[in-house]
Amino acid sequence: MSTPAAIPKAQFDWIPLALVAALAAAGLPLIGSPSTWLTLTVAGLAMGLIVFVIASGLTLVFGLMDVLNFGHGVFIAFGAFVATSVLGAMGVWTTSESAWLNLGAIFVAMLAAMAVAGAIGWAFERVIVRPVYGLHLKQILITMGGMIVGEEMIKVIWGPQQIPLPLPPALRGAFLVGDAAIEKYRVLAVVLGLVVFAALLWTLNRTKVGLLVRAGVQDREMVESLGYRIRRLFVGVFVAGSALAGLGGVLWGLYQQSVVPQIGAQVNVLIFIVIIIGGLGSTFGCFVGALLVGLVANYTGFLAPKVALFSNIALMVAILLWRPRGLYPVTSR
Amino acid sequence: MNLLELKGVHTHIGAYHILHGVDLDVPEGQVTMLLGRNGAGKTTTLRTIMGLWTASQGTVSFEGQSLVGLPTPEIAQRGIAYVPESMGIFGDLTVRENMTLAARSAARAEAIDATRLEWIFGLFPALKKFWLYPAGKLSGGQKQMLAVARAIVEPRRLLLIDEPSKGLAPSIIQNLISAFRELKAQKSSILLVEQNFMMAKALGDRVAVMDDGRVVHAGPMAELAEDEALQQRLLGLSLGAHQ
Repeated sequence: MSTPAAIPKAQFDWIPLALVAALAAAGLPLIGSPSTWLTLTVAGLAMGLIVFVIASGLTLVFGLMDVLNFGHGVFIAFGAFVATSVLGAMGVWTTSESAWLNLGAIFVAMLAAMAVAGAIGWAFERVIVRPVYGLHLKQILITMGGMIVGEEMIKVIWGPQQIPLPLPPALRGAFLVGDAAIEKYRVLAVVLGLVVFAALLWTLNRTKVGLLVRAGVQDREMVESLGYRIRRLFVGVFVAGSALAGLGGVLWGLYQQSVVPQIGAQVNVLIFIVIIIGGLGSTFGCFVGALLVGLVANYTGFLAPKVALFSNIALMVAILLWRPRGLYPVTSR
Repeated sequence: MNLLELKGVHTHIGAYHILHGVDLDVPEGQVTMLLGRNGAGKTTTLRTIMGLWTASQGTVSFEGQSLVGLPTPEIAQRGIAYVPESMGIFGDLTVRENMTLAARSAARAEAIDATRLEWIFGLFPALKKFWLYPAGKLSGGQKQMLAVARAIVEPRRLLLIDEPSKGLAPSIIQNLISAFRELKAQKSSILLVEQNFMMAKALGDRVAVMDDGRVVHAGPMAELAEDEALQQRLLGLSLGAHQ
């Protein structure tokens, strides 16, 4: 299909993305030391990308079916606890001096966490979410209830205490870039986060399923009128989103190097801030919002630790005052 | 032969009783105009056929098989294309992506039947021009063209089109009339809701007029177009006043 050259393509809105760069640039003079700034920036990007992995499924679930799933944290928690069991069982690999065996163990733990979180997500959608489609208040109550039940199940299976989740030897320590220390695990988290982001973008923009998801987020009734069963699509997205949350749980657990049954609830507020900042239903907005949250949390944690306690809420308020529907609002919502 | 038949269809939306026993026949290979004042129940009739609202009583049969209770996607898969009053354009998607979605058998834009696509571009040249443009940035008329083009990107047994001329400039309406004439010449079966009487006269083979949730008149379009007294009685207007 030839296209006349005179007709412009869609203009991409660079301003929110430029805001991430501007925030990072503004951090340098405030922090003063370039090496500290680099360490904090990489830490912020790593945190942001882990949060993005966790939140990306949730924003699509909301966009597709208007489902407010406050129980998303339970998938994070199960993912993290499954990782403790898998990595514990693979002690020979995780304590080996071989980097390949270390990475292999983490890869297996991630696959197991995604499989378990995806299966729990499937059951969660069928039993808890399906009866309350279109009923927002009930969705909030029942999904929060589902998360409480999930937390209690975790206590039954793994116990109520904190479980350490140490990094294997190959991921401990830091790379030295000049005077800056870049933790190895954070580099891995950044790489994995970018891989997930690229895979999501490719799926959403280059496949028919992705096209259906993007269209469904805008107008699900029209998608059904075109002959597609959006409920099936929604179940698929819910399961995939749960699996990604499970993966995020592993990353978050390794980031904290310990897990508690409340890990999901702890992250829940953060991921809701991210999807609201990004624009409900927008994957790219979720990505940019997560990066902003990660950078702001790390910069303020260094510059003004007391401010860090409410920095993400302040960021959300500022963004919504600027763009009330989020950074990349979805058309027709 | 009737392609679509509605008999005694009642539809409730919440506590409101909107359709009060609609009887409507849509013959194969003809354009049936559905006219009526605002609030007469025209849009509700189309949405009930598509299963977007469920008939609480009565039958809707398509090619002799009941559609009542079927989910909307299955009704669409039986060969009914629907262009809603709101047009239902996916504004964040490009024209190409909108068309790819509508072509159920095509996994990619390149898999859309090229001959048919060229035919559609002949009907609506603006779509070729803005092929890679976000649909949300198109003008109202171009969006309507895209909405109709989506409905015909693959052969369908019946087109349900809701007020395509609403809010459009006369030149765009003429463009749409030309496109619908071409569809009519190909013996497409169309149920077209319209308030624009000129368009109805230009296109309709048959007409059904609705009032208060019922079909109060059905017959050949030519008969209504020639009878000003009937127009006054049914629609509160005469075609002569619109010429």
